[in-house]
Amino acid sequence: MSGGGALRVEGVSYRYGAKAALDDVSFEVAPGAFAALLGANGAGKSTLFALLTRLFVPPEGRITVAGEDLARRPRAALARIGVVFQQPTLDLDLTVRRNLLHFAALHGIAGREAERRAAAALDRLGMAERADERAGALNGGHRRRMEIARALIHRPAVLLLDEPTVGLDAMTRRAITDHVHDLCEDEGLTVLWATHLVDEVRDGDRLVVLHRGRVVADGLAGEVAAGRPLADAFGALAADGAA
Amino acid sequence: MSGWLVCLLAVVRREALRFVHQRERFLAALVRPLVWLVVFAAGFRAALGLSIIPPYETYVTYETYIVPGLCGMIQLFNGMQSSLSLVYDRETGSMRLMLTSPLPRWWLLFCKLAAGCAISILQVYAFLAIAGLYGIAMPWEGYLWALPALVLNGLMLGALGLLLSSTIDRLENFAGVMNFVIFPMFFLSTALYPLWKMAESSELLAAIVAANPFTYGVELIRFALYAKLAPEALLWTALAFAAFGAGAVWGYDPARGLIRRRAR
Repeated sequence: MSGGGALRVEGVSYRYGAKAALDDVSFEVAPGAFAALLGANGAGKSTLFALLTRLFVPPEGRITVAGEDLARRPRAALARIGVVFQQPTLDLDLTVRRNLLHFAALHGIAGREAERRAAAALDRLGMAERADERAGALNGGHRRRMEIARALIHRPAVLLLDEPTVGLDAMTRRAITDHVHDLCEDEGLTVLWATHLVDEVRDGDRLVVLHRGRVVADGLAGEVAAGRPLADAFGALAADGAA
Repeated sequence: MSGWLVCLLAVVRREALRFVHQRERFLAALVRPLVWLVVFAAGFRAALGLSIIPPYETYVTYETYIVPGLCGMIQLFNGMQSSLSLVYDRETGSMRLMLTSPLPRWWLLFCKLAAGCAISILQVYAFLAIAGLYGIAMPWEGYLWALPALVLNGLMLGALGLLLSSTIDRLENFAGVMNFVIFPMFFLSTALYPLWKMAESSELLAAIVAANPFTYGVELIRFALYAKLAPEALLWTALAFAAFGAGAVWGYDPARGLIRRRAR
């Protein structure tokens, strides 16, 4: 264990050819904290998520998850991460329960243990009676909740969500944001929540603002906003960053 | 049961369920070789005279000759179909989800490969059953011997599909693969005509056929269907599998591979 944060990103840079997508990005999220990664489209959020989930590895910098180095011990680190991607990745032809069991199996969990965890996950969502429905029959909000439950089935220490409320209506968006905040408070889960929507960030959240591949602000959301509405503060940071 | 095996079975099961749901795909997979067998082979039967070559011990009809080639064709199409579904999975993100599993990436890729291979073998046996009813039966032990040959050929073609999928940017580019991979591989092989027949018309074409890994896959199946082993075909098919497999692992390697170009 290297101690400190549940999630640490140190000096990570990444380029697509000549274009720098991430430039010396560093931040740390304490265990049990809800951290919002705020950035406009093209700020580098998706690239950072690709690196955090080891879709590819950064040539520079270091990422550690619960003390495990993602580059040196990728399997141990990945086992501690749960991911909800921006694009929905449910198998709509399969039932709700099958979707959960399939994912558990990808993590090597099978049999009664997998059944038990899937049932517990559905209970927590209040969806136990819908276990045998096709995932395709669920509405957008329920699908997202299911994806969150699925990402937790292997009991990760850190939950990564990449713009999880895209395409949902305001009420559902609110409910999902609350749901993940609750998970964070009740179960001590560490959360990194990427978004471009300032209204999803609460004053007490940890806030990392990414602009054009650089971290331009890092602190408690209330402090970063400094009395202004967060949207104004974010706009000002983006303007500074562009200058 | 170990986590690795759990993962393998889950991926195979999902692929099988997906296949069962797509009944059109199953029918298409069967109709294609049957059309070749019933229409094409019947038409060419008179035009093509085949002398007796191993593994055959008597004169065989053209229909009998092309059955192993059509088994190979089923697996070839299936391998490319799996490749297509991988590109699709990547676009929809379910491939990314799978790659977040803590199991080694090469094993995850192998799971995909094994799943596709299992589906192709089901298709081949369904085809062989219909061919048997049509009157082209093999010695019974040939059906058993064919299984390991089909496994190896299916893995080899699946690995090729996997390798290709790591290089294809978008679903729309897939048509190019059909033209530049499937058709040359099929027509420039011994699936439809024996090598010596090809050599009679063109030495160059015969050399290409002899260099085509699909040729060896087909010959491996052909000999196996008559309960015989073709060591050279076995060797080359295995080597091709190793080469394509290594290429696919490289293509999906997070540090070096081609996958990173398309993250966004």
